[in-house]
Amino acid sequence: MNFSWDLLLNAVTSGIMLGGFYAAVAVGITIAFGMLDIVNIAHPAFMVLGAFLAFLSINTLGIDPFLSALGFAAIAFVFGRYFYRAYYHFFERRGDDSLQGLAFFFGIMFIVEISLVLIFGVDYRLIDLPYLATTYEIGIVQIPLRLAAPCLAGVAMLVAIQFYLSRTFTGRAILAVAQDLEAVRFVGADPIRTKEIAFGIAMASAIVAGVLLIIIQSVEPSIGREFIGRAFAICVLGGMTSLPGTLLAAMILGIAETMTSTFFGPSWSPAVAFGLLLLTLAFKPSGLLGR
Amino acid sequence: MEFTTRVSRRAVMAGMAAGFAASSIPAFGQSGQPPVRIGMGIALSGGLAAFGKSALLAMQIWAEDQNAKGGLLGRKVELVYYDDQSNPATVPGIYAKLIDVDKVDLVISGYATNQIVAAMPTVMQKKKVFLTLFGLAANDKFNYDRYFQMQPNGPDAQAEFSKGFLQTAMTMNPKPQTIALVGGDAEFPAIALAGARDNAKALGLKVVFDRTYPPNTIEFASVVRAMKATNPDIVFVASYPPDSAGMVRAVREVGLDTVKMFGGGMIGLQSAALKSQLGASLNGVVAYDLYAPESTMKFPGVEDFLVRYRKEADKQGVDPLGFYIAPLAYAELQILGQAVEATKSLDDAKLADYIKATAFKTIAGDIKFGKRGEWAEPRILWVQYQGVAGNDIAQFKEAGKQVILYPDTFKSGTLKYPFSAASK
Repeated sequence: MNFSWDLLLNAVTSGIMLGGFYAAVAVGITIAFGMLDIVNIAHPAFMVLGAFLAFLSINTLGIDPFLSALGFAAIAFVFGRYFYRAYYHFFERRGDDSLQGLAFFFGIMFIVEISLVLIFGVDYRLIDLPYLATTYEIGIVQIPLRLAAPCLAGVAMLVAIQFYLSRTFTGRAILAVAQDLEAVRFVGADPIRTKEIAFGIAMASAIVAGVLLIIIQSVEPSIGREFIGRAFAICVLGGMTSLPGTLLAAMILGIAETMTSTFFGPSWSPAVAFGLLLLTLAFKPSGLLGR
Repeated sequence: MEFTTRVSRRAVMAGMAAGFAASSIPAFGQSGQPPVRIGMGIALSGGLAAFGKSALLAMQIWAEDQNAKGGLLGRKVELVYYDDQSNPATVPGIYAKLIDVDKVDLVISGYATNQIVAAMPTVMQKKKVFLTLFGLAANDKFNYDRYFQMQPNGPDAQAEFSKGFLQTAMTMNPKPQTIALVGGDAEFPAIALAGARDNAKALGLKVVFDRTYPPNTIEFASVVRAMKATNPDIVFVASYPPDSAGMVRAVREVGLDTVKMFGGGMIGLQSAALKSQLGASLNGVVAYDLYAPESTMKFPGVEDFLVRYRKEADKQGVDPLGFYIAPLAYAELQILGQAVEATKSLDDAKLADYIKATAFKTIAGDIKFGKRGEWAEPRILWVQYQGVAGNDIAQFKEAGKQVILYPDTFKSGTLKYPFSAASK
């Protein structure tokens, strides 16, 4: 093992940047799985859809991906609401939301993937933004904008969602739904409409995460599967229903990965990251910031 | 879902016209004989699909050509293929179905090493002749005598793969002393790195960094920084497409000021998509390849094939350059077709004996198989990206952008070094 302060500080910085992106991926899972109890296994597939939409918009219309992310997120929010309504009608309302619901989302995942293959082909796609090609050097620490910008965007999205959840009536209703569905009715909120909005937010966050993904790495239609384990692990580690917990867990996972990769070899990264998850759950089963 | 080749209306019309014009050409529609069915599992979705689709298109062009000439043994040729989803776990089931249920006459492999290894037990059990597409040392452990592999690695594939890279590195002045090895945790990188380790040892190079990373790695800067800290003279990478792109971008961000030569068996850089997306970032990278549009590689028929391939590739959204896998996929079926015609048989034993003994003329050059079904003479190319400007894909169709450094037979330019200077 080669140790130097240069390596250590750069590993931590890279880990934080990676963690910011992981937070963007996992925030939707925390809302859908943690708060709404919907095992949306298709979440990463929608993320990849967002990546391809960004690729399309910059290559056909010349729209900057960060800008197009806002537009796509708005459309995804509306789509997510209708999507949840359909899911509720066909599965949740009838109490078939466990195994059938899981199968439904698996099916959706494959449909999204195959649709992307048919529309965009199977090649790897990448967005190389000239203004993100810069790498800033602060002392011995390197900060490549290609990773820093998605990290900042991811964290900003999570903070905005947390602000909405904690400061608005609907947001608080979403948090209440996560705790006690029936009690929500007593305070005059419609739980189904509340869940619709929450699922819309989760869907919008998936699309934004996809836009960030294609800036960070090359993407092909089935690459979302690589993120299923990681995203659910972050959600569980963070405490299932806690967005600050999700951010903390994402940062821990990111830093653990880059530190292991730098000092012990990248092959150990998943083992260390998931080892941390198991240890945390052993001593604090509710997760880092779970109740 | 089973797929069979759809011959275009135009091709059918052309075939019919040829049939009327030359009555000696057999009309297999009237013979009443079933088609000759060639089966395979191939990646049409998932990480390997870009090359899988490109290979399939080349094979479909061959089937169309062969059917226009009267098929094989007077019977129409039909390709039967299933999407292996880039997942080796699906492969044994696909080949069992192809052989036992679909009763195909012949089987060939999909792309690439991991899939070939997964198919081998089933194919060997049925004693089928097996032409394979891009398997790195896949038969070294099996030693199957009916196996023939299309990637030009040569008889000692494991060592041969990185040999050209290291021999090119040793031409630098002063000679390099240290090497860093890095690759993904998968079959192909493991074999490529094992060969590179042996070659480095034989050349007296000290391995200062030797690490692998898991397949779903996103952040490569940490790997590159850890590698840079060991101060290697040369860096050999064995990677799959997303990792290759990630590695090139991380190298540009971290900077490898003291490295003299960087590159390796980086899968994906051969595809049009990554070539155009990475653009000028590729300058200076020394990567393995199988075909480059240099004046030293003008085989009879290859340019005509590429014109036809590109026309169809545009419509299908498949790799628009077609340099990497398409000529060899077409050549694979040329060999199988020539063997069937020469032996007038679909008997696997007779075909294997004939393929072993024969030198074939194909659009990918002359091919003769040697030990363990590998090419008798290796022909792995090592190219250096030079003078790439911007992201225009058309520039890669021209000579001079992927200069061939190795082997000497096809050499078209000289190595630029150190890496930082070659990158400009």
